[in-house]
Amino acid sequence: MKPSEQIKFSRRSFLKTSALASGGMLIGFNLFNACKADAEMPIDLSQLNYNDFNAFIKISPEGKVTIFSPNPEIGQGVKTSMPMLIAEELDVPWEDVYVVQAPLDAENYTRQLAGGSQSIRHGWKPLRETGATAKQMLVNAAAARWGVDASECKVNNGIITNGKGETLGYGDVVLEAANLEVPEDVVLKDPKDFKIIGKGKGKGNVDIDKIITGKPLFGLDYKEEGMLYASVLRPPAFGQILESYDDSAAKSMPGVVDVITIGEKVRALFDAGKKSWTTQLSTTDKVVVIAKTTWDAMKGKKAIKAIWKNDSSLESTEFHDEKLLELLNDNKFKERRSDGNIKKAFKEADKVVERIYEAPFLPHNCLEPMNFFANVTPEKVHLVGPVQTPADAAKVVADLLGRDLEDIHLEMTRMGGGFGRRLYGDFVYEAAEISNAIQKPVKIVSSREDDMTTGIYRPASKYKISASIKDGKLTGYHLKEACINGNMYGLIPNFFPAGAIENYQVDTANYQSNITTGAWRAPFTNFLASAEQSFFDELAEELGVDRVQLHLDLLENVKNNPDPNIEYSPERLQGVLKLAVEKSNWGNVRNGVYQGLSVYYCHNTHVAEVADITMENGVPSVKKVTCAVDCGIVVNKLGALNQIKGGVIDGIGHALYSDFGFKDGVPKSNNFNTYQLIRMGQTPKVNVHFVENGLDPTGLGEPTLPPVGAAVANAIYKATGKRLTKQPYMSHLNIETEILG
Amino acid sequence: MPTFNLKINNKTHTVEADMDTPLLWVLRDKINLVGTKFGCGIGQCGACTVHVDGNAMKSCLLQVSQAEGMKITTIEGLSEHGDHPVQQAWKEIDVPQCGYCQAGQIMTASAFLKKNPNPSSSEIRNAMHGNICRCAAYNSIEEAVKIASEKLS
Repeated sequence: MKPSEQIKFSRRSFLKTSALASGGMLIGFNLFNACKADAEMPIDLSQLNYNDFNAFIKISPEGKVTIFSPNPEIGQGVKTSMPMLIAEELDVPWEDVYVVQAPLDAENYTRQLAGGSQSIRHGWKPLRETGATAKQMLVNAAAARWGVDASECKVNNGIITNGKGETLGYGDVVLEAANLEVPEDVVLKDPKDFKIIGKGKGKGNVDIDKIITGKPLFGLDYKEEGMLYASVLRPPAFGQILESYDDSAAKSMPGVVDVITIGEKVRALFDAGKKSWTTQLSTTDKVVVIAKTTWDAMKGKKAIKAIWKNDSSLESTEFHDEKLLELLNDNKFKERRSDGNIKKAFKEADKVVERIYEAPFLPHNCLEPMNFFANVTPEKVHLVGPVQTPADAAKVVADLLGRDLEDIHLEMTRMGGGFGRRLYGDFVYEAAEISNAIQKPVKIVSSREDDMTTGIYRPASKYKISASIKDGKLTGYHLKEACINGNMYGLIPNFFPAGAIENYQVDTANYQSNITTGAWRAPFTNFLASAEQSFFDELAEELGVDRVQLHLDLLENVKNNPDPNIEYSPERLQGVLKLAVEKSNWGNVRNGVYQGLSVYYCHNTHVAEVADITMENGVPSVKKVTCAVDCGIVVNKLGALNQIKGGVIDGIGHALYSDFGFKDGVPKSNNFNTYQLIRMGQTPKVNVHFVENGLDPTGLGEPTLPPVGAAVANAIYKATGKRLTKQPYMSHLNIETEILG
Repeated sequence: MPTFNLKINNKTHTVEADMDTPLLWVLRDKINLVGTKFGCGIGQCGACTVHVDGNAMKSCLLQVSQAEGMKITTIEGLSEHGDHPVQQAWKEIDVPQCGYCQAGQIMTASAFLKKNPNPSSSEIRNAMHGNICRCAAYNSIEEAVKIASEKLS
């Protein structure tokens, strides 16, 4: 969706209310027509079920307000921020609102998913409208009781007042309100009248008390009477499958209940073409140890003696590197966007600048390892756990077990991180297949090693970026992408610098591997931004122009030549760039501090970042990142700051330190002693500055991560004179990277 | 299967478990104290941190047979009403994102501040080194430890 395109909200017919059996009012709404999921989501995610999505307000006769938060909470804060939108228009004090995670409800809700930083952007008007509709019905009920016109009534903090100064609380009129017609013309508040959205320091996480006291919240914490635990043994290498196994030692262990194999049902489903992202990970036979406790299951798994056989190629990192470079150097590309005449521009150039940028596979490493609960009985299939795409998972399980969708009851728990990994429901299918086989409640629990070595990784990728320079001007820009399995699809070609350079082309190519890959926080741009923004830093130097001015000028070109396909706003990119320059004291830092700049748009949000680094004994240390963000109205400042700072530091960690690869199909790392996740001592202070423009809000779960790699790389160049083109940068700098554990 | 008497949060629990069972899994699966989290199983991430005789320890590395006779405190027992100064600080500035690592972070911070109630910034960074926050809420964790130290000193 283009930034200029407004969400239309003419879908009153979807609004519905119902009187609760227990008294009170329940109001639902539907987002489908309001938020058509058009091409803004990357292709992998378009596999997901988008249909529509609802949320509910429940008001009891005592006036208590419960808001059901529809979307899965993975730490991005939607369980707090989405209900805030409803509460604002409902006009109730936030302190009086009780937020509950809604279950998967295929009839009343859909688009119950977390991904793409879209929840707030999609929910902005419909969620407010839900609150406003409920408020209007309550006012109408009060007006009817008083026998006055609703227009003379006012609402403040859940109290309705008429012209004579008489008052009624929401709870007093809720039963009557539930039986009224749903109003057609609710009026949304003017943002200047907001009491909750964008106010003060923001609202704290609605689960904070449970989190800080260790209450059960996460999938791993879920228990049921008689529940067993399952540990799943999968092939050690991508390309291998199970040949045979000996479970006698495992079965003799006191805590082990049973040993079974699964895989057949998922394989049958995939063979029937039910899923396009067929993965060996999901379809191969796996040995499952079922035990009384997690530890018994994990120990039992270690006692299984399995023999694996090679089924397809056993690939290594060196092989992937070779294949991707081969792709970059041949001409089997798919053209994604082409402006002007790139061939002519390069032929006529005085100078051509060309660089190759490289990044490894990355695991997600959610701190809560993959897990899920399933209890398959003749009556129903009960599923509980952390998944970013509950609707999709429920549908696959229904197909998998040959059950009606109505039999599937899926409850969402809070998630110990997602980062894209929990978009894929492989662990849900496994849990369902296991419980179906043993007809008992069971929870599968991955060890860290299972989680890291049988992942759905960020694909390794390489970019070749070339620019032509003629008479001191940038005349052409050509980006070629080579990726494992697939990455860019149709979206990114209309990002910056499309529209800014007369002759412009983007081409992509893929190598199909048996390594499973998928979305990883800020898919498509998490490395592309590093490559592109490092390249522009180098280009500015080649052109002999100021880095900031080059960017401002290129964006000016876009303003002068409007293009309806362009995804970003040149004005807003200029805005964040100027703000970051001002707030970072760009170009005026003291000796020993080196700065790097990066400007980027993705996931509908515009961001500019300046990294300040120092060199300590030849090792770069990121001290500060100044981050300017244009996400429109900041709904919840506390939550927004968390997302922004987290994105920046996560981005630095993975750009500088994290490495992942394969040796003959076997992952090179399997736990945090062989894989570096950033730790506190490696983190900078992140200073955040918002552009205040009152525009509709956009998401923050992803957009601050992609640009920061280049900001750091550009600062390191200033300090060392070395251009970094390969992540993790510490390895490229040949700095001894002992894993800090 | 052997039996162990464990002193946890000022209560004695008698559990049956294999000698080598990590305290983490005894807490989670046998005593139903699920606030202590599983992250890596090899003492690298700190999500399972508890206090053992007042020291922050990774419960995934401590076998149940070694834990007998020791005074164990988990996140559920850190304070009666969830108002330990470290918990208060965590709430005050809304530290958690996904929240999964935070019990471990809080247990590490509270044991550290008991020994060093007025730490420098680099002392805080060193003390918190063993706790991974995958959401990278490190700026807030660092600030919250500082705020807690002000409350304590």
